[in-house]
Amino acid sequence: MSPREYFVDTPAGRTRVWEKGRGKTVGYFAGVGGLPKWTPFLDKLSETRRVVAPSLPGFPGGASSEPLDSMLDWVLAVGDVFDAASLDGSDLIGASIGGALAAEVTAIWPGAVRKLVLIAPFGLFDDKEPVADIFAQQPSNPTGILTTKPDALRDFFAVPQGRDPGDWEIQALRANVASAAILWPLGDTRVARRLPRITAETLLVWGDSDKVIPPSYAKKFAAGIAGKTKVQTIKGAGHMAEFDQPNAVAKAVSAFLG
Amino acid sequence: MKVLWFHLMPYQELPDDFKQKHNSVWVDIDPKLFDPVKGHTLYNEYIDELVYADKAGFDGICVNEHHSNGYGLMPSPNLIASTLARETKNAAVCVMGNSVALYNPPLRVAEEMAMLDCISGGRLIAGFPVGTPMDTCYAYGQNPSNLRERYYEGIDFVMKAWHADKPFSYNGRYNQQRYVNCWPRPIQKPNPPVWIPGGGSVETWDLCARNSFVYANLSYFGHQASRTSIAGFWNAMKERKKEPNPFQSAFLQFVGVAESRKEAIDLYRESAEYFYHRCLHTDPSYANPPGYTTEATIRQRVGSQVLQAAEASRRKVRQDTSDIFDAGHVVVGSPDEVAEKLRTVCKDMNVGHLMLLLHYGNMSAQLCRYNTDLFAKKVLPQIRDLFENEWEDKWWPTGMPAANQAAPRMQMGAAAE
Repeated sequence: MSPREYFVDTPAGRTRVWEKGRGKTVGYFAGVGGLPKWTPFLDKLSETRRVVAPSLPGFPGGASSEPLDSMLDWVLAVGDVFDAASLDGSDLIGASIGGALAAEVTAIWPGAVRKLVLIAPFGLFDDKEPVADIFAQQPSNPTGILTTKPDALRDFFAVPQGRDPGDWEIQALRANVASAAILWPLGDTRVARRLPRITAETLLVWGDSDKVIPPSYAKKFAAGIAGKTKVQTIKGAGHMAEFDQPNAVAKAVSAFLG
Repeated sequence: MKVLWFHLMPYQELPDDFKQKHNSVWVDIDPKLFDPVKGHTLYNEYIDELVYADKAGFDGICVNEHHSNGYGLMPSPNLIASTLARETKNAAVCVMGNSVALYNPPLRVAEEMAMLDCISGGRLIAGFPVGTPMDTCYAYGQNPSNLRERYYEGIDFVMKAWHADKPFSYNGRYNQQRYVNCWPRPIQKPNPPVWIPGGGSVETWDLCARNSFVYANLSYFGHQASRTSIAGFWNAMKERKKEPNPFQSAFLQFVGVAESRKEAIDLYRESAEYFYHRCLHTDPSYANPPGYTTEATIRQRVGSQVLQAAEASRRKVRQDTSDIFDAGHVVVGSPDEVAEKLRTVCKDMNVGHLMLLLHYGNMSAQLCRYNTDLFAKKVLPQIRDLFENEWEDKWWPTGMPAANQAAPRMQMGAAAE
């Protein structure tokens, strides 16, 4: 089920792109941990369209995030990745942290994204129902909060045979550092101020068992976005809804993108 | 060798079932556990103990910085140091922490330390810890992805502010300031000695070796735990072809002195257990935010001191308490036994500054005084000469001539009293 791998140049550095399938192009910005491996969700999606998943700075396969300080730095760097992967004018899916950044790209470059899908995006914070602290987790179970399938997710993040465990650990660390750079301490990226600039039609996908960002945040995003919105809740899914329920999420996304 | 008397200032009335009923002594400790009236008593008692250590003849007295923490009641060590600077005459005032990354602008740190150096008559030791994850990233909300960079820049800022002979602009990655002008100026030139408290990170060894700062290993698990970190520092020094002057290092040790080892264990067990079982009851979730431990350190598999401490603490609570003494977390014994042990340990590790915790946990003022007296009278004379003839301590406050020193109430005293 492996994708085709190639590299594109961005001002921040060499960037990995994974691509699979034929048909209309849809981009994918991954969430916590990035894409250390190809996923069943993307595989399912690639049955009906061309899936292009470029790596964002700091995440596996991406350029270094070390030089990025402000949200402006981040948005420009992500915009560069979007362009270098030739995604201009395509549909775009962003999950979790990738969702926060996909929302920024769509808001700041009107017309760049045809239809937008946000899977449990970060970016807002409501102190009446706060976003959980994904960083302060027990060392014995750091990713359990992200999923309804903790064992499967642990396997997904585990070092594959033949890879150096030290390098793998550093790769995961860099992804976490990039996440912290964007989200620390509350996960509020102030995207609320820019949601009204999103005119693209937007689907908000949320796992009904999301322990990181309460599913009620879907409505908060929808209320802020200027374009037409639709909210779809996924049963039996946690924060990484597309990992927990790949077929259900792929089906919802395909139906929306048309 | 220089011997310093260090106070953590623990809160003393954490309940017996603290470990069972509370998540952590740090970050999310229940504010309702703090009784301000008790706080009034403790602060005054603890300041008295530090002043007493000066009178007893210790070379230095130490304070440090913690936030949202039940075993460290000094969010602002400078406040305590300020009163010590006035109440004492001889001891170096060692402020083992302003975590410079937490202060915006870092000029505040340069100013307050310059004030302390002036008030104390040039007796300040300026400590710059990066700060633990609990203090910096959680209690103070700093982003772990850039904490260390901010910290290095903060030290650079403070040093430039002390050295500059005219106002200047600072255009850093994290700090931009048109007019930097540290007023007052420190007495000690070009700057008070700089000590860096460190765990086991590669970067801290390198920072100290590169800048001729003192590397001070502060572990709660005694000389056994410090050994690896101190050795790492000396390796970093060797790689840079720097001389192994023992006075460029320091380490922290809990000590309990009595007439015999058995008596010491009987006397200090309760205080030690209070510290290790309640004060070190931390939540490991807070120990390793992404970026706090660097890639280089992870590659060396040294790991976070704090993480180790947290994990070790969890392990310890399930173990027999005799481990606290047998493992050397707390060095106990008769004065001769303690002197022998400390001499051997400092010599082996090549450490010229010994920082002592003679107060820990819920130790009473009376027991603290006993421990301090016995140490000062019977241990101190046996260990003081170490390294003094072979090496020069270039990291000790230069002070100012005693004759020029002002005394509290010197001018107004007669009228006031």
